[in-house]
Amino acid sequence: MGSILKVENISIAYKLGDFKDIGLKEWTMRHLTHKFHVERFMAVDGVSFELKEGDLLGIVGPNGAGKSTLLKVIAGIMVPTCGSVEANGNISALLELGSGFDGDLTVKENAYLRGAMLGHSRKFMNQTFDQIISFAELEKFQDRPFKQLSSGMQSRLAFSIASLVQPEILILDEVLSVGDGAFQAKSAAKMREIIHGGAVTIFVSHSLQQIRGLCNKVLWLDHGKQVAFGNAAEICDRYQEFLSEKNI
Amino acid sequence: MQKIRKYHFLFEELVKRDFTKKYKRTILGMAWSVLNPLLTLLIMWLVMSKFFGSNMAHYLIYLFAGNLVFSYFSDATNLGMNSLLSNAAIFTKVNVPKYMFLLSANVSSLINFGLTLIIFFGFVAIDGVAFSWKFLLLIYPIICLVLFNIGMGLILSALQVFFRDMQYLWGVISQLIMWVSAIFYTIDSYSQTIQNLFLLNPIYLYIRYFRKIVIDATVPTLQFHLLAAAYALIALGIGAWIYKKYNHEFLYYV
Repeated sequence: MGSILKVENISIAYKLGDFKDIGLKEWTMRHLTHKFHVERFMAVDGVSFELKEGDLLGIVGPNGAGKSTLLKVIAGIMVPTCGSVEANGNISALLELGSGFDGDLTVKENAYLRGAMLGHSRKFMNQTFDQIISFAELEKFQDRPFKQLSSGMQSRLAFSIASLVQPEILILDEVLSVGDGAFQAKSAAKMREIIHGGAVTIFVSHSLQQIRGLCNKVLWLDHGKQVAFGNAAEICDRYQEFLSEKNI
Repeated sequence: MQKIRKYHFLFEELVKRDFTKKYKRTILGMAWSVLNPLLTLLIMWLVMSKFFGSNMAHYLIYLFAGNLVFSYFSDATNLGMNSLLSNAAIFTKVNVPKYMFLLSANVSSLINFGLTLIIFFGFVAIDGVAFSWKFLLLIYPIICLVLFNIGMGLILSALQVFFRDMQYLWGVISQLIMWVSAIFYTIDSYSQTIQNLFLLNPIYLYIRYFRKIVIDATVPTLQFHLLAAAYALIALGIGAWIYKKYNHEFLYYV
């Protein structure tokens, strides 16, 4: 089995500071008075792992561990400060629900826009649109403005588009915990189907139970550092131990 | 080329979105954006024709040519400069080429320009200017202007991400450009040196091209053509360079 995704010694220095939202006047003033500071901190620091066909990786770690930043690098949205990502195949990333959707457009228009962003053709969208909308159970809503949907419905649409397009690498950031119970079961089943199709899936979740149920591999991050990577059951046990120690 | 084919669909969908949002699915919305430059023209004509119109033939066309070019420039840059910031929610979460947002914003300004251009030719006909084959040459300044506007849009949208007050600053600068573009006055009474200085303003240059062809029925010199292309390519070059250099920096600032 070939390696689909290889992440080698990735580090990302994230820029922080109150330099955002400032104007040219403020910027000039701060440079003149030497008050312009940009802080850098290592959001991800030396992470390496390799995934093969059919792997499902769960990423665990406390808030601010660098999980989302790591996903952004794999998705190609950010470039790593050092290290490299080698991906063989299409990447479809679902980083935040509702991102890239426009409230004023209809559900159908949004689905097409989103499909276009994920790099698909109009022909492909014409073919799969019915499938997408029926999986999301939104047939009756397809000509409604997107903003009229409930947040659960919005995330159902987002999930349907991302998963039905059969990417080789699917990235999900805390999106599985959305929708009602029935949809969650359906999306978990769908994920298993994708995995059996030979794809690689990466997802971040705070639910250890979900990770145990779905993943075969786990990456544990803490403050950007890689604590452990390997077999899901083993690392979940260690992480759970770590969490319970912290609570005492 | 492969990239163009790949993102062709995205481009179409973005244009569709920008259009739907801008005009809120109304015909009147579109009519309004064409009416806008026409109203400016009307007011300028009412006020200025008394001073400049009496000793100049086709003053209305002279004025219209100025407004036509400037309003396209102003519309494209003002719409374009927000294209990056207003799509921040998309490019921080989805890996798409960022210049797509600007190009799509430029399409609606270009369509407005096209509609206004048709009305311009209507006015030209009514005013009794003879149409000639030379009018076909107007394609050249239009292409230059489109590229120039895209280039300026790239530069401004990037600056807008880094400096949020750019919008107000650009409001002032574009006002200044308006005043030095000789939209409603003529520069004949200035010395030759000052007249040449006007050519440093790309917008004036493009307006002048239109007037030379339509009113004077003369073809501009080769140098004039080269200068027109140079302005467009310089703006485009700087814009493309900024986007390439800061492609992965933008997300830290939004």
